[in-house]
Amino acid sequence: MVRHFLRRLLQAAAVMVLAAAISFLLFNYVGDPVSNMVGQEATQEAREALRERLGLNDSFLVQFARFAGHAVTGDFGISYRLQRPVADLIAERLPATLELVFASAVLAISLGVGLGIFTAIRRGSWVSRLILAVSLLGVSLPTFVIGIGLIYIFAVTLGWLPSFGRGDVVHLGWWSSGLVTASGLKAIILPAITLALFQMTFILRLVRAEMLEVLGADYIRTARAMGLSEAMINFKYALKNTALPVITIIGLKLGELIAFSIVTETVFQWPGMGFLFIQAVSFADIPIMAAYLLMVAFVFVAINLAVDLLYVVLDPRLRHGESSS
Amino acid sequence: MRIFAQGLIAAVAVLCVTASVPAKAENVLRWASQGDAMTMDPHAQNEGQTRAFAQQVEEPLVSRRPDLTKVPSLAVSWRQVDPKTWEFKLRQGVRFHDGKPFSADDVVFSFKRAMMPTSDFKEIVGTIADVVAVDAATVRITTKAPDPILLDAVYNVFIMSKAWAAEHGVNTPQDYGGGQETYAVRHANGTGPFILETRDPDVRTVMVKNPNWWGLKDNPHNVDRIIYTPVKNPATRVAALLSGELDFLLDPPLQDLARIESSGQFQIQRAPAVWTIFLGMNTGSKELASSSVKGKNPFADIRVRKAMNMAVDVNAITQRIMRGLAQPAGTIVPPGVQGYDKSLDVHLPFDADGAKKLLVEAGYPNGFDVRLDCPNDRYLNDEPICQAVVGMLARIGVKVTLDLKPRTIHLPKLQAKKTDFYMLGWGSDTMDAHNHLSFMASPTSIWNETGYVDQKLFDLINGMESEIDMAKRDGMIKEASLRLREAYSYVPLYHPMLAWATRKGVTVPMVPDNLPYFSYVRFAP
Amino acid sequence: MSDNNVIASRSLGARFCRSGLALTAASIAGIMILAAIFAPWLASQNPFDPAALDLSNSLIPPAWAPGGDARFLLGTDDQGRDVLSALLYGSRISLMVGGAAVLFAAVIGVAVGLVAGYAGGWIDALAMRLADVQLTIPAILIALMVDALAHAVLPPARHEAVAIYVLIFSIGIADWPQYARVVRAATAVQKTLGYVQAARVMGVRAPAIVLRHILPNVLSSVLVLVTLGLALAIIAEATLSFLGVGMPPTAPSLGTLIRIGNNFLFSGEWWITLFPALTLVILALAVNMLGDWLRDALNPKLK
Repeated sequence: MVRHFLRRLLQAAAVMVLAAAISFLLFNYVGDPVSNMVGQEATQEAREALRERLGLNDSFLVQFARFAGHAVTGDFGISYRLQRPVADLIAERLPATLELVFASAVLAISLGVGLGIFTAIRRGSWVSRLILAVSLLGVSLPTFVIGIGLIYIFAVTLGWLPSFGRGDVVHLGWWSSGLVTASGLKAIILPAITLALFQMTFILRLVRAEMLEVLGADYIRTARAMGLSEAMINFKYALKNTALPVITIIGLKLGELIAFSIVTETVFQWPGMGFLFIQAVSFADIPIMAAYLLMVAFVFVAINLAVDLLYVVLDPRLRHGESSS
Repeated sequence: MRIFAQGLIAAVAVLCVTASVPAKAENVLRWASQGDAMTMDPHAQNEGQTRAFAQQVEEPLVSRRPDLTKVPSLAVSWRQVDPKTWEFKLRQGVRFHDGKPFSADDVVFSFKRAMMPTSDFKEIVGTIADVVAVDAATVRITTKAPDPILLDAVYNVFIMSKAWAAEHGVNTPQDYGGGQETYAVRHANGTGPFILETRDPDVRTVMVKNPNWWGLKDNPHNVDRIIYTPVKNPATRVAALLSGELDFLLDPPLQDLARIESSGQFQIQRAPAVWTIFLGMNTGSKELASSSVKGKNPFADIRVRKAMNMAVDVNAITQRIMRGLAQPAGTIVPPGVQGYDKSLDVHLPFDADGAKKLLVEAGYPNGFDVRLDCPNDRYLNDEPICQAVVGMLARIGVKVTLDLKPRTIHLPKLQAKKTDFYMLGWGSDTMDAHNHLSFMASPTSIWNETGYVDQKLFDLINGMESEIDMAKRDGMIKEASLRLREAYSYVPLYHPMLAWATRKGVTVPMVPDNLPYFSYVRFAP
Repeated sequence: MSDNNVIASRSLGARFCRSGLALTAASIAGIMILAAIFAPWLASQNPFDPAALDLSNSLIPPAWAPGGDARFLLGTDDQGRDVLSALLYGSRISLMVGGAAVLFAAVIGVAVGLVAGYAGGWIDALAMRLADVQLTIPAILIALMVDALAHAVLPPARHEAVAIYVLIFSIGIADWPQYARVVRAATAVQKTLGYVQAARVMGVRAPAIVLRHILPNVLSSVLVLVTLGLALAIIAEATLSFLGVGMPPTAPSLGTLIRIGNNFLFSGEWWITLFPALTLVILALAVNMLGDWLRDALNPKLK
C-alpha cells in the first residue's frame, strides 16, 4: 500500500514539474515580460537593465528554479490586462468556480448514481428505457448548447431565473459566497444544471453498467438462491461492489467538471477562474494563462491523490499490499 | 446526513434573511454594456466608457447637462480676463468623498496632472500654458495663444484631491501603455454625485449615492446605488435585460430592439450620436508590415485609397448590419459639432468596378493583402462590420486578414502605431470639428495612425486653435475637412445612432455622446 | 474479451440489420457524412469565400417562412451567408477535425499500446506512467490549453491558416492514452496465447507478430473506442470553436456557426443558430448511438 501510494505521489510530482515547465516556458518566452513592462519608447539600455534586474540573463535552470519558487509562494506576476497580481485575481475568482463545481457535483452524483441504480434494477421498465434514451441525448448535447437552451427557456421566455452572473455575494473572509443569498442561489441553478447534465448522464450509464455486471455475478446469484431479500442484495452487496470503479470515475469526472466549468462560465458570464482564463486567452494575457495551467494541474493532482487514498481505504486487497494494476 | 442537511437549510435560511433584507428599499440602478472601463484613473485614458465611469465620481470645473450644454460644476462662474487668460471662481464648501475639503490647490494639481506625459489628455489641454491659484477660491488658466474653445478642454479635466493623490502615490497618471498598476486604477476620490464603492474589473463595479453632494439641492436624484456589470456577449446582454436583471442597457444589440420594445416592459430611446466610425490606412510607412507587398506601400498611392473608399458599400452596412440606425458617412466630422458641413458628408459612390480599375492603374491588378485591426467590444456591431468589409474588399482583390481584439488591446496597439489598416471611432470631447480634425489629421496626434502628412492641413488645424472670428474659423474647418476628405486616408463608414434601453419606471436622459449622467436618473416612486 | 470479440464480430452484420435503431443511426450519420464530403458540389455558395457573400442578401429567413427566398433554403446569416451551405461546409470541418483527431489519437494510442503490451518491462512501465500522467488532466482541458496557446501566440493570418491542424492535434493528443491503455491490456493477453507463442518459436520477428497477429485481434475494441471517440471529438471541436479558440469565423465549423448565431437568438432570426445546433446534436447523437450499439454488440455481457 505504501509503495502504491508513493508511486502515485511520484507521479503527481511529475505532473507538477511538467506543468510548471510548460507554464514557465509560456511565462518567460511567449510572454516577453520586458516589452510588457516597459513603455514603447524605452531605450535599449533601459530594456537591458530591466532584463538584468528581472534575472532574464541567468541560466535556464536558475530562472526555472526562481519561477517555481515564486509559484510555490503564490506569486505569478502581474496580469497584463487587469494590471493586478495574478494570485489576487485567482483568489478572487476561485470561490465562484468551486461553488459552481460543488453544486454541479452534488447534482450530477446524486442524480447519476440514483438513476443509474434505478435503471439497473428496473432493467426492463419503460421508465428505465426512457431515462436511458434521454441520457444518450444528454451525452450528445454539448454543454454550451444546453446552457443557451436553458437561458432561452428559463431566463428569457419564462423569466424565472437569472441568465448571467452570480447574484449577490457575501464575503466571508477572503471567500465570497453566492450560496447564502437568495439571488445567489437563484443564479447558480441554471449554470449548475448545465454543467452537471453531461457528467450526470455519464455517471448514470457507468453506474448502470457496473451494477448490471455485478448483478450478473455468481455470488449475487448465490445470495439470491439463499433467499436474501432483493433490497438487501441490491444495496448491501451489489452497490458496495460497484462503489470502487464508480468512485474512481467520479473522481475523474469531478476534474471534468472543473474543465467544463470554463464553458459554462463563458455562457453564463460566471465570474470564476474559467471565465478569467477565457478572457485571458482573447487578451493574450500570458501570466494568467500560465498561472491557470499550474493551478489546474495542482487541483487535478490533488483530486487524483484523494481518489487513490479512497481506493486504498475501500479495496481490502490494496490495503494488504497486493498491487493489482 | 439528514440532520446535516436540515442544519444546512436552516443556516442558509438564516443567512438569506439577514442578507436580503436591506434597511429600506433602495433604488438600485443595474446597468450593463459590452466593455468595462479601462481604468479608474481619470487622466490615464481618454476613452468613452472610462469617462462614463469617471463622470459619476469626479467632476470638472465646467460640466455638461445631458443635452450637452455647458453648466457650472466645480466652478460657479468664469470670465476671460484677457485673450489668453481665464479666471474661474470655485464652488465653496465642497468636500471630496473622503471628507477632504476641495480647494484651488486641487484644481491646479489636477490640471498639471492632466498635462503630464503619461496623461491621455495632454493633447486636449495642449493649449494651456499655466494654471495658478489666485486664492483658495480662484484659479487662473493662461493659454499659449488665444483659445476659443478652452472651456471644452476644461470640461475634460476631472478634479482629483491633491492630498489623496499624495497619500496614495498617484501624483502622476497611470502609464497605461506601459502596463503600470497604481492605487488609482481601482480607487477614486472625487466630489461627484456617486462614490466608488467596489471596483472589480470585468466583473462588477458598485457606486453608492454621495449624500453630501453639493448638487443634490438642484438635482435631487433618487439613485441610491449603481451596479455595473460588463456583459460581452450580446445575447446574454439582451437575455439579462429581458429577464429583468437590468434597468438600463447602454448598448442593446440593434437586432434585438424590436424584441425589447415589443415586450412592453422597456423603452428604447434613439438619438444621433456625435460620432463617426471609420477605417484608417497607414499611408506613411515605407511598406506595410502585414502585407506581402514589399518595397512599397499600397496605401501611399491615393488611387489605392480612393479605390478602398469606393469598394466599401456604406449603405449596405448601415442598412443591413446597423439596421438603419446609422447614417452613411463621407467625412470623419459628425453632424452636431461646430463646423460640420453636410455637403462634405457624402461617401464616394459604391463602385467595385471603378475601384478595380483604380487598383490596376496603381499597379495592383491582382490586389494585395493586408491586415485589418478591429475591436470586438468597442462599437456596436464592430465585428460583423469588419467581416463585411473583408468581403467587400475581397471583391476588388484586396485580401484582408481580420485581427479582432478586445478594445484594451486594440486601442493601445493603435497608439503604438502597430497597425496598417484599422477601425476606429471618434466622438467629440468638445463638440467642435477642431477636436476631430486635430486628433485625426495632425501628424503628431497619438490617435492618428494614418501617417498622412499635409502641411497646409496641419497649418489650418493649428490656425483654428487661436482664431477668434467664428465665421473665419468655420471657413478654415471647411477647408481642412475638404483637404482631409480628398486625401482619402480614411474610409469614413457611418455616424451611429444611439439606442438606449431602459426599464419602464426608470428614466435615464439620453446623452448624445453616449456617456450617461446617472445624477439625472429618476426612479418612478 | 478476445473470445467474445471473435464471436461477436461474426454475427455483427446480421445483428446490425435486426437493430432498427442502429440502422437509423447509421443511415443518418451516413447521409450527413456524405453530404459533408460532397459539400462543394451540393452547396450553392462557398461560405468560406468572403467575395461570395453579399450583404444585400443578409438575414433572409428560411424559404418556407414569410420573406423567405428559394435560393436560400435555410435562410442566410447577418453577412449574407447561405445557412445551408454554411452547414454543409461546417459539418465537413467538424467531421474532418473530429475524424482526423480520433484517427491521430488512435494511431498513436494503438502504436504505444502494442509496443508497451508486447515489449513489457520498462518500456511498458514508462508508456503507461506517461498515459497515467496525462489522464490526470481532462482531455478537453489539454485541448483547450493547446488551442488557447496557439490562439494567443500566433498572428491572426498564421492562426487562420493553421487553426484546423491545431485543433486536430490538440484533440488527438489529448485522447491517445485511452487507446493506449485498452490496446496494451489486450496485447498483453494476446501475447500469452498459444498462436503467438507458436509464431515466436517459429522465429517470426516481433513487428510481424504484432502487426499480423495481435493488431487484428485488438481492432474491435479500438473500433468501439473510435466510434464513441468520434462523437466526443466532434463535440470537443464545437466546444473549442464556441469558446473562440477553434475555427475562425472565416472558415466556420458548426461550433463557430452556433457562436455567431447565438447573437441572433432573441431577435427573431432563430434560423442562424437553430440549424447549426440541430445539425451538431443530430450528428453527435447518431454517432453516439452507433458507438453504443457497437459496444453492446461486441460486449454481450452488458446486454
